[in-house]
Amino acid sequence: MTGPPIVRRPKRRLSAAFLLILPSIIFMLLLFAWPMVSGVLQAVRSPDGFSMTYINRMLADPGFWAAVRNTLLLIVVLLPLQFMLALAMALLLQARPKGQGVYFYLWAVPLGVSDLAAGLVWLSIFADRGYLNSVMDALGIGPVSWLSYENYGSMFLAVVIAELWRATSLVMVIVVSGMQGIPKDYDEAANVFGATYLQRLRHVWLPLLKPSLQVALILRTILAFQTFAVAQALTGQDFQVLVGETYRWYTALQNPNVASALALVVMAVSMLAAVVYLRLLREDTGSGKR
Amino acid sequence: MPESFYTKRISRRQALQIGAGVTAAPFLMGSLSGCSGASTSGGGAGAFSFLSTQFTPVEEKQRFEKILGSQVKDVKVSYNSMAVGDFTTQVTSQVKAGKVSIGMVGGLHGDLAPLAESLEDLDSLAGQMTGSGIGDSLWKLAKLGGSTTKYIPWMQATYVVAVHKSALEWLPSGADVKKLTYEQYLDWAIAAKKAAGKPVFGFPAGPKGLYHRFFQGFLLPSFTGGQISTFSSPDAVQAWTYMQHLWANMNPASTNYDNLQEPLARGEILVGWDHVARLVDAPKAKPDDWLMVPAPSGPKGLGYLLVVAGYGVPKGADVAKASTVIKALSKPATQIEVLRQNAFFPVVKATMPTDLPAAVRLEANAVAGQQSAPNALLALPPVGLGAKDGEVSQVFKDCFKQICKEGKAPTVVLGQQAKILQAILDEVKVPCWAPDPVTTGKTCKVG
Repeated sequence: MTGPPIVRRPKRRLSAAFLLILPSIIFMLLLFAWPMVSGVLQAVRSPDGFSMTYINRMLADPGFWAAVRNTLLLIVVLLPLQFMLALAMALLLQARPKGQGVYFYLWAVPLGVSDLAAGLVWLSIFADRGYLNSVMDALGIGPVSWLSYENYGSMFLAVVIAELWRATSLVMVIVVSGMQGIPKDYDEAANVFGATYLQRLRHVWLPLLKPSLQVALILRTILAFQTFAVAQALTGQDFQVLVGETYRWYTALQNPNVASALALVVMAVSMLAAVVYLRLLREDTGSGKR
Repeated sequence: MPESFYTKRISRRQALQIGAGVTAAPFLMGSLSGCSGASTSGGGAGAFSFLSTQFTPVEEKQRFEKILGSQVKDVKVSYNSMAVGDFTTQVTSQVKAGKVSIGMVGGLHGDLAPLAESLEDLDSLAGQMTGSGIGDSLWKLAKLGGSTTKYIPWMQATYVVAVHKSALEWLPSGADVKKLTYEQYLDWAIAAKKAAGKPVFGFPAGPKGLYHRFFQGFLLPSFTGGQISTFSSPDAVQAWTYMQHLWANMNPASTNYDNLQEPLARGEILVGWDHVARLVDAPKAKPDDWLMVPAPSGPKGLGYLLVVAGYGVPKGADVAKASTVIKALSKPATQIEVLRQNAFFPVVKATMPTDLPAAVRLEANAVAGQQSAPNALLALPPVGLGAKDGEVSQVFKDCFKQICKEGKAPTVVLGQQAKILQAILDEVKVPCWAPDPVTTGKTCKVG
């Protein structure tokens, strides 16, 4: 979004503007830039100067590659599912069913639930003596150790389901707000020309929703790299994720240097993902609108 | 005490409440009695100060203060407990400055070892205590690698095996449950799994479980005679191969067990090794159904990890006064009281009174049996590692994860982990600790 055009004024006005944004610059430097710089330094500086000790230590840790694999796998499986679900929910709401307000609030509830609380709720379902096993036991199917390290598949599935429940509403809220910004004329015009629902979805709604979908995609990808509490609550250390490893190195192993190196990896990958998405977004709007 | 079972964290809400209380207290006190604040650390000015790393949780501290008040009549002692890092700084800086206000110190062997230079020689006091029944192995440890006694053993804890009597029927023939070998322990687990239809042996391998201590202090010493110096030796490969078999016959839900007393009490498992403080609730409901036995022994002996605390006197402090307190705390009755209140076992010879909780009595027998076994091989938790203790423990946990849970070859995993372990030891530059040969001033080498 661009604001009204900025009119260049003599120097005194400029310095007043500068003074006005100065607090926020100081704020950002103190609370964002400085911790980031010191975090980076912590990862690459040992008592004898700059060194790769901590980064090598991180790479040598067997937990690191497992965490990378799990985190990426989670993103690859989770995001498409989440977007399909969110889109379906938004389209359902758009059809204005009876009590749509109630649906919207119900679907948005997970937004207000903390990660850890969501993890604990799902833990009570998937635990060995949890609700799911009680139901299965009553049906005579016998209990399954869903969260056992031996059943990687079911453990992964449990994390995916819990994350799906917890974080889809964020995508849905963004998509719904995007839909509200689309004028009805396009849909009506397509309708007049006899387009079917699927055709309208494919050629009218999705292209117009692209900006909000992309915002949601960037947000969700960055947040997905930070998945932690749900996996921690459900599986402890058995399903390792990058931020979980950072936490483990910082608290349990008391090594802030390796923890910083891990945090650096998370930051680098998130930034990379954001840059890639932004480039794609720019190219798209370029070809679509001009 | 990094492994204290009682260690509790204060939640934010509690912290706020305490904060509010602290803010309000002066006003309340002023209005009630006109009194202007009082020391809460007990004793007040002029009292004999006992600085310690033990009993930091406030309930434990209060219970111990009560014991001090009732058992140490001649000297008024003020007991202060703090984290190891602060403790070390306090003692060394006071001794270095020549202004010692600390009367005596108390801590785990690993807490006191870095202070050896700052502690008085206590040989004459040790001589007066020869009849107390403190074992020779403890006196040897108390020399901290030197030739003179640096601390007097205070109290101890260790790890034993809890057995539900119903599991005894699957015990291999000819095996004595109180003198098991590791082979028999494995055969027993296999037989029990077969007969019960599910694995009934447990292992505290949860996120907060102390299972790494099993490898450090029990499995590896028993198979290799060492902990670090034999880390990747052929004997260690044999030990880890054994562990693979044992793990295959243990309850896989063990990866969720932070302690074994709960799954044991629930009947989920019937046999398991854990810290005494983490087993004590298992027999609570039906003590007659339970046994506590020493850990098994291996080719090199019965390796066991001893958590031992001692008291020392900083250089420049009043040794005579400290000796009075130490002697009073080393009386059997006092030590039994510490066991009853704070779950640390006596180091002196003491007859267990019959009114002790049954679980504690069961454990006391197992602890004594383990220590007095002819082939006992004492191992210590890592000494002098400070904040790196977690990383060294993680090496053993990673070995377990890769070898037992992921089924990788022990030789490969041990080779990789040995490098990581050596890098950590090189960073902190500490000598080895028991059962590895201790050479003061020489950094421990991973073997």
